[in-house]
Amino acid sequence: MEVFVVSLLNGLVYGMLLFMLASGLTLILSMMGVLNFAHASAYMLGAYFAYTISQYIGFWPALIIAPVLCGLIGAAIEMWGLRRVHRNGHIAELLFTFGLALIIEKGVQMTWGLLPVPYRVPELLDFPLFRIYGTQFPAYRAFMLLISALMFGAIWLGLTRTRIGLVIQAALTHPDMASALGHNVPRIFTLVFAAGTALAGLAGVIGGNYQVTEPAMAFTMGPIVFVVVVFGGLGSLTGCFIASILMGLIQTFAVVFDVSLADLLAKFGYVVTKDTPFAEVLTVTLPRIGALLPFLMMVLILVFRPRGLMGTRDT
Amino acid sequence: MQPGKWLTALFAIAVALASGSHAWGQQTIKVAYTDPLSGPFAQVGDANLKQMQYIIDYINAKGGALGKKFELVPFDNKSQPSDALIALKSATDQNMPFIMQCSGSNIAAALIDAVNKHNDRNPDNRIIYLNCGAVAPELTNEQCSFWHFRFDLHAAMKAEVMVRALPKDVTKVYLINQDYLFGQSVQREVKNFLGKLRPDVQVVGDELIPLGKIKDFSPYITKIKASGAQALLTGNWGPDMNLLIKAGVDAGADLRYYTFYAHLAGGPTAIGAGGDNRVLAVMSFGENVAPETGNAEAEAFTKGFRDKHKFDFSAAGFRTIFEYLQAAVNKAGSVDPTKVAFALEGLTIKDFLGFETTMRKDDHQLISEYFVGTFKKGVKYDAEGTGLGWATSATVLAKDIDQPNTCKMKRPKS
Repeated sequence: MEVFVVSLLNGLVYGMLLFMLASGLTLILSMMGVLNFAHASAYMLGAYFAYTISQYIGFWPALIIAPVLCGLIGAAIEMWGLRRVHRNGHIAELLFTFGLALIIEKGVQMTWGLLPVPYRVPELLDFPLFRIYGTQFPAYRAFMLLISALMFGAIWLGLTRTRIGLVIQAALTHPDMASALGHNVPRIFTLVFAAGTALAGLAGVIGGNYQVTEPAMAFTMGPIVFVVVVFGGLGSLTGCFIASILMGLIQTFAVVFDVSLADLLAKFGYVVTKDTPFAEVLTVTLPRIGALLPFLMMVLILVFRPRGLMGTRDT
Repeated sequence: MQPGKWLTALFAIAVALASGSHAWGQQTIKVAYTDPLSGPFAQVGDANLKQMQYIIDYINAKGGALGKKFELVPFDNKSQPSDALIALKSATDQNMPFIMQCSGSNIAAALIDAVNKHNDRNPDNRIIYLNCGAVAPELTNEQCSFWHFRFDLHAAMKAEVMVRALPKDVTKVYLINQDYLFGQSVQREVKNFLGKLRPDVQVVGDELIPLGKIKDFSPYITKIKASGAQALLTGNWGPDMNLLIKAGVDAGADLRYYTFYAHLAGGPTAIGAGGDNRVLAVMSFGENVAPETGNAEAEAFTKGFRDKHKFDFSAAGFRTIFEYLQAAVNKAGSVDPTKVAFALEGLTIKDFLGFETTMRKDDHQLISEYFVGTFKKGVKYDAEGTGLGWATSATVLAKDIDQPNTCKMKRPKS
């Protein structure tokens, strides 16, 4: 029970962090059809900006300024880069963002160095909020949950209850018609791209000190975010939310259960010994492959339900 | 001038430059160095490179060897054995007598094999492999080679030091290691020495994790706490080490951490003040060793690095490597790899901290003193600006970690 409750909390925190990253990507992907490889780079930039800003004027201003900076960079990328590349089709866009991710990583290495930077949790939040079965739950994690929940609410309200949200949704499904009605569709694209990048930046600000801020953080976070977007389904914020939480919980609980395929077979009366074919594979325990489970699930969902959990069109 | 003459002139200049640099190249003893200088583990290679350069400058200022200066030539291997072999090829093409590599026992195994073959086929263009940190025990046992010299204690020796450092009141331990050659040998050796030296200690958990894949270790900490372990023993390095201890400290787990690599680049930053008096590292050197033993010269040497760079000096072992090279080249009276290799065998040197070290003849494994450091407040030199630093809690002398080996060394006739 103890392990269950604590793991549930940990999984929730990690899932919400994933959601903050993935929500921006799913907006961009579903709207513009751009598989943005540089998305996790914005997450890294957010963390580094927040670190630098917090050295001069503190964490709280950084919470606002760093995402705004990331958003501006995103807008610039869309206006002067992606829009030109867009004419040459999706492959060109994909390669463009891939190159961008590598350039940003190198740029970060050159600016801030290869070593992790000491980006710390602000003192105001650096205390254990409560103890559960003897394990401390840091206040900062509760703060992360709060921020990401607020963000979810804000995006949802913005997309469904405001005029601009309705225009975005229209441009998403019928760009030509929206354009014919006099809406500036390219500007909407810029706006969405900037907003998505800013969200990734915000995730970086609060994720950078929860994990470690280092040049490899984009590289390690990137693949799992794609899994979430594909799994959740294109164009669905709810699907993205469910997928994020699910991935967070799966990775957390996979660690806790020390079972292998051999144990499962034993339930059916089949005992695996050293001489059984594939004994090596059958006896691998769940924690050892926990990090691979999300990718396995992505492959399965692409085969059996290509549109994802809540998606409206095929990937 | 006509275009043709321009070209001739350019060509002449190019030839002059090339021969000039060639002549200058003869004046230095080149050491190829290959490690990850890009990619996720780039921080490790980069920190090594800066420290080696500092050491080489010092050794050269002391006269180098045979009146020649050492020169370091870095090659990026992106943590890939195939790229390390390309580096080896470039080094032998340029007739470099030495190649050095620190990170990754899998890469080291590939290098030993390739160096053996190359030296067999090219007796007049041989190369010595200086291993500065790949520590799988196999490399100086089953796979031992005349051309391979290891200048760091191997995993079994480090495991013995770690087990000996366990206090008497610890009876339940948890093991976490990375799922590859090195992590598996740490897992095996730690259990082996626990059984031999501390039969009272119970291993309540034993786990392998995928290398560099895990972003949040909180679930592991939950599991470790539930197991009732008092201490966590790990050979993890890089992000796998940093995130693990960070998660433990954040959860306020009542654990002690026994590590091989917590003192290296990025570790202290990730641990932070919450790890006060909880984290121990089995290490070849700490910046506080010199002031604690009152060795003013060694202290000035390490402080010189700290004043120049933003990070700490941890690589005393690299200085020992170059002092061995200096001594061996002088003793051999030549930079010929075969002669230098014979000169290195059985060489003994007092390292700059004042301890006796030996390059063991039968397996080419350096036997040196080793330290156990505790991360705590109130030390003279703090680590990475955290306010906490490594205080030496135990010093193990070379003669006490002189483990036997199973190497059957084949020496060349000429």
